[in-house]
Amino acid sequence: MNRIPLRQAARTLRIQILRHNPRDPDSQPRLQTFEIEEADAMTLFIALTEIRERQDPSLQFDFVCRAGICGSCGMIINGRPGLACRTLTRDLPEQITLAPLPAFELIGDLSVNTGKWMRGMSERLETWVHSQNLESLDIDAMEAAMEPELAEQIYELERCIECGCCVAACGTARMREDFVGAVGLNQVTRFRLDPRDERSDAAFYELVGDESGVFGCMTLLGCEDMCPKDLPLATQIAFLRRRMAATT
Amino acid sequence: MTGKLDRGPARADILQSLSGLLLVLFIWGHMFFESSILLGKDAMYRVTRMFEGEPLFGKPYPLLVSGVAAIIFVLIAVHAVLALRKFPGSHRQYREFNAHMGAMRHPDTTLWYVQVLTGFALFFLASAHLLVVFLQPDNIGPYASSDRIWSGRFWILYALLLVCVHLHAGIGIYRLAMKWGPIPAAGSKVARRRLKLAMWGIIAFFLCLGTASLATYMYIGRDHAPHAGERYLPAHQQALPGNT
Repeated sequence: MNRIPLRQAARTLRIQILRHNPRDPDSQPRLQTFEIEEADAMTLFIALTEIRERQDPSLQFDFVCRAGICGSCGMIINGRPGLACRTLTRDLPEQITLAPLPAFELIGDLSVNTGKWMRGMSERLETWVHSQNLESLDIDAMEAAMEPELAEQIYELERCIECGCCVAACGTARMREDFVGAVGLNQVTRFRLDPRDERSDAAFYELVGDESGVFGCMTLLGCEDMCPKDLPLATQIAFLRRRMAATT
Repeated sequence: MTGKLDRGPARADILQSLSGLLLVLFIWGHMFFESSILLGKDAMYRVTRMFEGEPLFGKPYPLLVSGVAAIIFVLIAVHAVLALRKFPGSHRQYREFNAHMGAMRHPDTTLWYVQVLTGFALFFLASAHLLVVFLQPDNIGPYASSDRIWSGRFWILYALLLVCVHLHAGIGIYRLAMKWGPIPAAGSKVARRRLKLAMWGIIAFFLCLGTASLATYMYIGRDHAPHAGERYLPAHQQALPGNT
């Protein structure tokens, strides 16, 4: 006889959140605990929304897509970086501690300005296609075909959502503020693969061939293990390191 | 782009990895040779004489051993200077890294810190060992080494050196593979799991081998303590008249 399993008694989650508003001169960083009843398939994003709607409307955290695509809801979850919308509360203990991602400018509570950091990184590493003839490019003409394997390789690296988890997971980035992180090195690799980008390896070396770039990476592999998109970051960084080491 | 590329950072990274690789290969070879004592005193005696160049030159030249010790010391110095660049350089960096490592509970981040600690210990432990080998190259043999280890109490140095050097070397070779290795993106997780398994296997193997040979030297040294300083005569010479 089939039996419908009884639903287990819902847990009461105790969520400790590091609160601080740097724009308020009276604000002191403090841990505030909220209790909520766990629901089926509850994500941390749902739990935080419930806290904000029912307990404390001043709680700050970021989200846009709720599906692990926008990269806005990155935060430190029990000591490790992750996306709130992709983290199920059932995978966590009853006691959950949340903190903003380190290495980024704090906006307030769990909200950080990853956009500012990413923009700075992008400008520094010039993460866009460099071509001599872009000005005279006929955008109505058919683009030159690309091998499907290469297109897929580039697309794989393009999946990065710039959530900042790799930077927060990197011991090197935590020690050295000018380190470009796996997100930066991954983007450089992506443009090096792109045949539309005419930069030579020497030009890429100028961008990442130092201690704040690929030669600063200590292979701690936190980036690879904490990437919510499962990007092959270690493989890409090793590839870039070999290319840059061979550059003359 | 203007000017010449500054190849310094690339050279430093390559040299750090290359010197580390050479040192790992050396220590693994060293382990097999020193553990020849497990095959008997005569086997170890022959290995000692081989490294003193007897098969090539007809008689032993312990200075050759001093030369190798000097080369290894230079390699360690180069490796250490380059590795120091990566050590946390200020109180803030130490605090940040320690807080990060404690919160993350991430095995590979912790492994790096194990390398920092063992590397730091090796500055002293390896230097002490190399100095003795460099200054007293003729003081290596089944009895000479055993007497140094037991009667000279060098077993304390070697026990610490054994643990530090094999943790450092095993973790180092795994991280070297992850750092430079052309591991395909598709199978990178499986490849890394296998590499890590190999790393622990190699560390365990050399720790067992090293412990067994150190224990053997200690037993020989303890039995030989009343005659400490006396040199070992190989079996074929012991049988000669006047040597019994």
